[in-house]
Amino acid sequence: MADASSATRGDLRLTRITKTYGDFTAVNDLSLTIPEGSFFALLGPSGCGKTTTLRMIAGLEEPNVGSIHLGATDITTKRPYQRPINTVFQNYALFPHLTIFENIAFGLRRRGIKNVDADVNKVLELVELPHLAQRKPTQLSGGQQQRIALARAIVNRPALLLLDEPLGALDLKLRRQMQIELKWIQREVGLTFVHVTHDQEEAMTMADTIAVMNEGEIEQMGSPADLYDNPETAFVANFLGQSNLIKGRIEGTDGDNLVVDLYGQKIGMPKNRSHAVDNSIYAGIRPEKFRISLVGTPTRGNTLTGGRIEDVSYIGVSTQYQVMMPWGQEVMVFEQNDDGVAPFDKGDEVVISWEPNFTFALRGDEDAEAGTEVIPEDLDEE
Amino acid sequence: MSAHVKQKDASIPTIPVKARLSRWFGRNLIRIYAVFGFTYLFIPVAYTFAFSFNDSGKSNLVWKGFTFDNWKNPCGAPEVCTALGNSIKIGLLATIFSTILGTMIAFAIGRYAFKGRSSSNLLIFLPMATPEIVLGASLLSLFLVFQINPGFWPTVIAHVMFCISFVVVTVKARIASLDPRLEQAAMDLYANELETFRKVTLPLVAPGIAGAALLAFSLSFDDFIITNFNSGTLKTFPEFVYTSAARGIPAQANVIGSAMFFLALIIVIAGQFVGKRVKVPK
Repeated sequence: MADASSATRGDLRLTRITKTYGDFTAVNDLSLTIPEGSFFALLGPSGCGKTTTLRMIAGLEEPNVGSIHLGATDITTKRPYQRPINTVFQNYALFPHLTIFENIAFGLRRRGIKNVDADVNKVLELVELPHLAQRKPTQLSGGQQQRIALARAIVNRPALLLLDEPLGALDLKLRRQMQIELKWIQREVGLTFVHVTHDQEEAMTMADTIAVMNEGEIEQMGSPADLYDNPETAFVANFLGQSNLIKGRIEGTDGDNLVVDLYGQKIGMPKNRSHAVDNSIYAGIRPEKFRISLVGTPTRGNTLTGGRIEDVSYIGVSTQYQVMMPWGQEVMVFEQNDDGVAPFDKGDEVVISWEPNFTFALRGDEDAEAGTEVIPEDLDEE
Repeated sequence: MSAHVKQKDASIPTIPVKARLSRWFGRNLIRIYAVFGFTYLFIPVAYTFAFSFNDSGKSNLVWKGFTFDNWKNPCGAPEVCTALGNSIKIGLLATIFSTILGTMIAFAIGRYAFKGRSSSNLLIFLPMATPEIVLGASLLSLFLVFQINPGFWPTVIAHVMFCISFVVVTVKARIASLDPRLEQAAMDLYANELETFRKVTLPLVAPGIAGAALLAFSLSFDDFIITNFNSGTLKTFPEFVYTSAARGIPAQANVIGSAMFFLALIIVIAGQFVGKRVKVPK
């Protein structure tokens, strides 16, 4: 396949980008480097600025301030057709008046390539739809259109492929299948993928690196495991999965560990997992990291006593408990159902415990509810 | 077992005749209504078509016998083809100018945000709402003020004026249904502004433009009131039919009318056929 431009390759660098619409700041002083060849996800709720960021990379919007570099080339003010970047649009945007073949050949023909047959057929093979070449887009199912949109972009071998909520219009089962397929195709063609989504599960399934965006800024960037196990802000802790955030104070240190007081009970946690700035913190523990046991049975690691089970939901793979703690906070505990039936009932007096290494600490002045109100599945950025 | 089945058969209640009849009416009422509706619409057309075969002589009011002569010699009646030629010439010119101008206006209003956009949108509708008799009369006085004599070109100008509004409305509807992401996708796929317009925008809006052009032509071809004020000594086909009504419309007028009808029908059917193949997804 012919390269869109062999000269402009390399990492994508956004430097101090700001984009405003009237009074509304969509993207605020954003800096970001996306390494060549990576699968990068911009994750955030509706209106967080992720789509605006993507459109600025594509050239469909221009930043008010800041610059965008691809390798050594400044592309900030280049027109969309002057950039070696292609986009898979939300709802695909296939040309309804052209056949599938001509849709895919569109980019190649505009770049003056005469013999497009080999390239188009090869990419149709890649997305496993060679038999649809002469159809019109309206004759295809949603999943097929999605693949053709992808084929139309990657046939150009762009330096960067942008995916704008590409799986948003597909049903859940098809979405899961396409997630795996997209990841496979990315490895196969070796292009840099930048994927915008509000679906945290989708981002975690596919991306090597995720940047979590909120209100026009990047909250945290890292591998899916980093973000999940060691979130730096309450927003990340709540937006990616669920977290129990318990108000506390750092009382002192014990070797590499911090000693933390949670409403009168002492726990330990590694120093390097604290993102607090002073002694006031929120101690964070993921619900599946908690263990639950009846009062009087032996426990390991950190222990919090005085809990009472408020609610039990059996959901097959696990049982979810709501446990009321003595200071009036309900915490969530997910227990794997790997030892028979759910052993605890509503009203049981319990102790919760967990390994100190799973604890993370956030700044005590954060909003513990940040990122919980948005139900990402229900929102669509349109 | 079989006895049981038989018993069940016998127990199926029969529907009384009256109820069956009313059900039949309920199901077919819309069809009966449609037959009446279409009869009402097409009787005049059928009459015109039938009387184009009338061996009429001078006046075409009474059936005098069947003949193909009128169809063989449509220009047989004096002046009829001169008038038709004038109407076609004016119609084509009005169509070309109003389609080009109207399409450009439709793109401006449909695609770009500018100061006065909503008021332009409203003003475009005004000529459609103004009575033709008023438009025709004031245009004539305007031409006379500027010392332009009524005739061919003033008529063309008048026709372009009232056709533009219809073109704008028709094309704008098509543009509104066009997903702007298609143009963004074209730009993303290395098409510059001109290529994007030629390869994506224009082909997708084309059915709307074609429809607008047909509409403009039929409006222009058909117009009598405004034309009558501004054409001076020039005679268009509607004017010819109107003036000859006093002394008897020749059967050739029916021939031309019928021919126009069938031509329009063919164009509409062909348009439907093409339209089915180029759909704009919502």
